[in-house]
Amino acid sequence: MIRYFAPLAVFAVIVVIFAFGLHQAPRKDLVPSPLIGKPAPSFTLPSLANPATPVSNAALRGHWYLLNVWGTWCISCRIESPELLAIARTGVVPLIGLDWKDSRSAAIRYLKQRGNPYQQIAFDPGGLEAIHWGVYGAPETFMVNPQGIIVYKYIGPITPGAWARDFLPRLQAGQAVSGS
Amino acid sequence: MIPELGEFALILALLLAVLQAFFGIAGPALGRDRWTAAVIPAVAGQFVMISTAMGCLMTAFIDNDFSVRYVAENSNSALPLFYRIAGVWGAHSGSLLLWIFLLGCWTLAAAFGTARLPRNFAARVLGVLGTVSIGFLLYTLITSNPFVRLDPPWADGMGLNPILQDPGLVAHPPVLYTGYVGLAVAFAFAGAALLEGRLDREWARWTRPWATSAWAFLTCGITLGSWWAYYTLGWGGFWFWDPVENASFMPWLMGTALIHSLAVTEKRGLFKSWTLLLAVLGFSLSLIGTFLVRSGVLISVHSFVASPGRGEFILTFLVIMIGAALGLYAWRAPQMQSEAGFELSARESFLLFNNILLVTACGTIFAGEMAPIISLALHLGKLSVGPPYFDPTFLLSMLPLLVLLPLGIHARWKRGGLGGRGRTLLIALAAAALIGCAVAFGVFTGAGILAPVSMTLGAWIILASLIDPIDRLRRRIAVPRAVLGMTVAHIGLGVFVIAMTAVQGFTAEQDVALTRGMSARDGGYTFQFERIKPVHGPNYGGAEAKILVTRHGKPVTVMYPQKRTYWVQHMVTTHSAIDINGGSNILVALGQNLGDGRWSFRLQVRPLVLYIWIGALIMAAGGLLAITDRRYRIAAEREAAATDPLPAGGSGP
Repeated sequence: MIRYFAPLAVFAVIVVIFAFGLHQAPRKDLVPSPLIGKPAPSFTLPSLANPATPVSNAALRGHWYLLNVWGTWCISCRIESPELLAIARTGVVPLIGLDWKDSRSAAIRYLKQRGNPYQQIAFDPGGLEAIHWGVYGAPETFMVNPQGIIVYKYIGPITPGAWARDFLPRLQAGQAVSGS
Repeated sequence: MIPELGEFALILALLLAVLQAFFGIAGPALGRDRWTAAVIPAVAGQFVMISTAMGCLMTAFIDNDFSVRYVAENSNSALPLFYRIAGVWGAHSGSLLLWIFLLGCWTLAAAFGTARLPRNFAARVLGVLGTVSIGFLLYTLITSNPFVRLDPPWADGMGLNPILQDPGLVAHPPVLYTGYVGLAVAFAFAGAALLEGRLDREWARWTRPWATSAWAFLTCGITLGSWWAYYTLGWGGFWFWDPVENASFMPWLMGTALIHSLAVTEKRGLFKSWTLLLAVLGFSLSLIGTFLVRSGVLISVHSFVASPGRGEFILTFLVIMIGAALGLYAWRAPQMQSEAGFELSARESFLLFNNILLVTACGTIFAGEMAPIISLALHLGKLSVGPPYFDPTFLLSMLPLLVLLPLGIHARWKRGGLGGRGRTLLIALAAAALIGCAVAFGVFTGAGILAPVSMTLGAWIILASLIDPIDRLRRRIAVPRAVLGMTVAHIGLGVFVIAMTAVQGFTAEQDVALTRGMSARDGGYTFQFERIKPVHGPNYGGAEAKILVTRHGKPVTVMYPQKRTYWVQHMVTTHSAIDINGGSNILVALGQNLGDGRWSFRLQVRPLVLYIWIGALIMAAGGLLAITDRRYRIAAEREAAATDPLPAGGSGP
């Protein structure tokens, strides 16, 4: 009656896979974004500070930049905010904010209290632009090269370790190649 | 005080769940009737405690008690009352409490529903439900306590995630969870049969209403989620094969197999060990879904914030719960002998194929879910599995199912054959093919091969389902609710198949150039370009077109697509106009000014898309109709009469 043990055996294999997946889980890169290696979707959105000035990523061509998706309602973004400020101080790469599904007044108040790491902030209250970027949750950070190609996507709050391990090497390698 | 009361109630609920599990399983096993009788008070007490905990968390939300961490992180004093209540299940900890509360409700219902069944069996069912409850209560108390206080309290909360502030999303989790948790009852019935080592046809009749109602709730929950995704995620698709969508779809497929397999076990006493396995797997998959969503193993739109320890806990719980059930299965199932054989053309065969195909579909989806993790484990690099994998593999197992369904519902039990319905079915097929081809080639254009075939299948399923009820009506024989329910559910499936084919095969999209007064046709609608006028916004200027939409000369709607130019950088964006008409979804986008008063437009008509969800809801309604069948009540009364002579006082303390 071996066959009655088959479900148990299959389940044991699945558990091993799950245990492995769990072990890998903090890396959060098991499901890579299909957008990596593809041109970044172009957007023009009103700026957070002033609705009359649009923010567009077309103007960023020729430069490396990080697009950081955030919102005041997002708890992990609060955790991430000191690290973003530290990154902004180093001046290695400009941070562009995409304020996602948020209210303008709350976002402005939030940045006044905590400091603003972003060079420009696009305001996307309806969340339609974020769909084109395949945003699943906040925070998410996209690294875009001077040719406008998404080279990397990071899900979750950026930690100092992640910055050193996942961001800096890519930026340095890329900037060495492009000679800037 | 109230949060502490809630936490205390949860701890008491855990203690009572332990008693419930112990008395329910040990009582019958050791033949101690007084232990067995103690299960019911434990169930009742646990329900009171869980309801108290739920009430306490809800009160904390309604009263804006921002000294409670979970409330502070997920609510805000500016939030309307409606969303403050929904905030209870807006994030991880509270949604677990909702899970536990719904399990409490199902357990209470099971206690009433099994009151007339043999006492030992009923106690075992409740005992198994107790073990599930222990797992979730421990999980909540150890890793995800929603009642933790903040010191000092916050002046105001962070507010509910804006994505969740939507009526569709307020209803989606409770309905879906009701389905998920309902599968636990079928699981408990299977567990009780395995513990007893005995399974007869009555067991299948007892289990069916529970399995079917859980399945109906699961159907509604998935439908709500799909509809929400369609209208918020930019009117795109209705199904994305997102890991978490799959996590709810796999138990649904297993549940669908289970309700069909139960029919065979009840009617013919066959497929016993298989039915048991399906009942175990259905709930196991809903537990695995919980693990996938909450452990951070898979990233998806539904991901909860992953925190260390949570994943390990659920995995351990999975190993104990599912491992024990499958171990018990391996030990006991060989004793569950089937009672008889059947011919190849009998209904049993069709239902066997139904089960094989549904389980295969579920298996391929599961493989797709696992592939990225396995590929990483074997150092094969990163892998992303999407619609190019899921669409064809799913279709491959579902198309044969649609072909077999109309034959299966008319095949006779045991001896086989179509019982003289062969000719009627052929006529129905011919009519369906006529309808299918007329729709595919006449109403729409550009049909491939798949579209007329699946249209025909959808129509055939509907027509074939009607044969039996119409025949009974003509002969003035009452149609039992079970037959009516099955008919309704299968018609729902037919509607769903036709709608899905229309959307996948006949979504009409074209770019046209029009001058004022001119019109274009797309997807059966006529779009007349009436006029264009300038629009002025705070930071943009632009143009707005007025489009009159007509169908067969009758006005349908007026649409106003916009095109905006943001002044400072001369960036152009388009704002499409969207309308729903007769179940179809119409979209018009304004394009370029081509000069000489000519403008380009993008027209899109997605036909019958609304019927995808309507079809699914009809299926669920069919399930609910079927469980009101008289024979469940009559049999219950007969059993009550039969068990009454047993020791008195069996109904509790």
